[in-house]
Amino acid sequence: MRRASTVTTPKKLSPYAIARMRRKKSLQRFAQAFFGQPAGVIGLVILSVFVLLAVSAPLLFDREMLDITETLGNESLEPPNGDFWLGTDENGRSILAVLVWGARASLVVGLAASLISMVLGTLIGIGSGHYTGLAGSALQRLTDWFLVIPFIPLVVVLAAVLGQRGLGTIVLVLGVTSWPGTARLVRAQTLSVEGRPYLERAKVLGDSDWQQMTKHVLPNVMPLVIANTTLTVAIVILSETTLAFLGLGDPFLDSWGTMLDKATGAGAASTGAWWYLLPPGICVILVVLAFTLIGRTLEVVLNPRLGSE
Amino acid sequence: MAVAAAVRAADSDPEPQRPARGGQQGGLGRFIGYRLVAGLGTLVFVLLFNFFLFRMLPGDPAARYRAVKSISPADLAKIRDELTAPLPQQFVAYLKDPLALDGISSWKGQPVWDLVQGRAWPTLVLLGATTIVAVVIGVWIGIKAGWNRGSRFDKVSTAVTLLFYATPEFWLGLLLILLFSTGIGFFPGIFPSGGVIDSGIDPLSFEGITSIADHTVLPAVALAAVYLAEYSLIMRASMVDELGQDYLMTARAKGMMDHMVRRRHAVPNASLPTITLIFLNIGFIIGGAITVETVFSYPGLGLLTFEAVSEQDYVLMQALFLVFTMSVIVFNIIADIVIAVIDPRIRT
Repeated sequence: MRRASTVTTPKKLSPYAIARMRRKKSLQRFAQAFFGQPAGVIGLVILSVFVLLAVSAPLLFDREMLDITETLGNESLEPPNGDFWLGTDENGRSILAVLVWGARASLVVGLAASLISMVLGTLIGIGSGHYTGLAGSALQRLTDWFLVIPFIPLVVVLAAVLGQRGLGTIVLVLGVTSWPGTARLVRAQTLSVEGRPYLERAKVLGDSDWQQMTKHVLPNVMPLVIANTTLTVAIVILSETTLAFLGLGDPFLDSWGTMLDKATGAGAASTGAWWYLLPPGICVILVVLAFTLIGRTLEVVLNPRLGSE
Repeated sequence: MAVAAAVRAADSDPEPQRPARGGQQGGLGRFIGYRLVAGLGTLVFVLLFNFFLFRMLPGDPAARYRAVKSISPADLAKIRDELTAPLPQQFVAYLKDPLALDGISSWKGQPVWDLVQGRAWPTLVLLGATTIVAVVIGVWIGIKAGWNRGSRFDKVSTAVTLLFYATPEFWLGLLLILLFSTGIGFFPGIFPSGGVIDSGIDPLSFEGITSIADHTVLPAVALAAVYLAEYSLIMRASMVDELGQDYLMTARAKGMMDHMVRRRHAVPNASLPTITLIFLNIGFIIGGAITVETVFSYPGLGLLTFEAVSEQDYVLMQALFLVFTMSVIVFNIIADIVIAVIDPRIRT
């Protein structure tokens, strides 16, 4: 009985149910817009393949295949053949196995560091846009200053200065250096949101600064932040590759950058060992391309000004 | 405040007719003055940042100098005293000589600025070659793709530039060495893969210049690919923004040929963001060539940075980091001034 009555009289829906319905609808609208963009779909497909590979790495290749004490019997720098589809590295390890395990390292570093960058950038961006006066301009000045510090030298010097390098150090270095772009973007959007009438209403009703920022500004800058963070992941993965290539990565972690570092050390470019050079580079390109395509599509879909173009 | 004002002016929608205040030259002069003052502020921050960044090192600083034969025990003790003094005391010493003009490299035992000076010109050659290639090709692709949005050229070039954009430049460098230096299959190994000039040649003679060009081709191509992608993507986006504008329709209504409309009206208006980016990037490339110079053993500032990192030579690293940051600040200011000269709307 009761159930029937709620169905027939939709007016009595609770506010939460209405909000849920509205969210569901806008999510559907978003999905429709996103999947209407071929570039974004291509990016998503490429990324899904790599995520799947990274997750199923232990099922595909035994971890022991990466242990150089287990591969003494294999020939080193062997070209691709029936046993090793992508050949072997200088320690006789299967390059395909190292490559698949490397997907984990690159994706984990990329996502974790981008998360740090996203949180820092959003906090500093909203703060500098919301607070007028000293605090706001101090945060903005900080962003401006960090924007001029050249990224790659900073990352290289930081990694060198911090000494003992593990996965955590790399994530931290990349996370704390890549936030200024996000902060500048968030600040601009915060300023535009702050000018809208509903924020004036919130102020008049006595919302605290924290409530204004979290309940009204944050939901409005979030779409932009997500699009921007997706693009940040691409840059962070490229930077991790650069760091590892320069020998500043985690020495016990086989990321794609580490592979390229070892390939150069083994003289792959001058001896013509193309099977050692090509696969890690192509994987980096594909993953970075995937995040770039998804990020650009999110920007178009979520930013009404770009979408109408 | 000047930075904030300039950024806001650049971000906000341009007002078509701003009443002239005190003549154009005065406005430009004041704008440049503001930018220089703001740049000075940034420089102070960078010097502070530099101090703390390079004081986080672990270990006995004197130990790093042990390998240097030319340092006397007394000098070594002095260096240790300087580097292990309490932070405030170190800071005072740092403020007296923030550029570390008399800093000694722990790797080579030479004054760091001599090392930096000797390595500067190859980086400048590489920077020039990279910028010219990237700007000419990138801007050309961007204009053509944006003007014919949706054409096959647009689709192919956007796909290719996105691919270049995602490529680590040092990997492209390795590939170029494999193909054109080592030579594989039918690819000829015609370019040298190390150094900037064959030894024993005067760099200013004809052979010297051709030798430098020979050594610079591959690293310049590797670096240019990334920046070319960036320029063409930005240029394309700005061209697309201009496509629907009324002034283009007016130009066409006057009976102007399509390519003239593009060249005389659309391109000048669409080129501002790309011009800004080109100047900003010049500052960044000076420090961004670390991996490419390392791959090609190209003896510039980037390779020197790599060597400083591997040898844990922090005095040298500090000097290089200062050079890289300074070049970004300087080219930031130059970019703002160039844009202000071209586009009077920016001056405030």
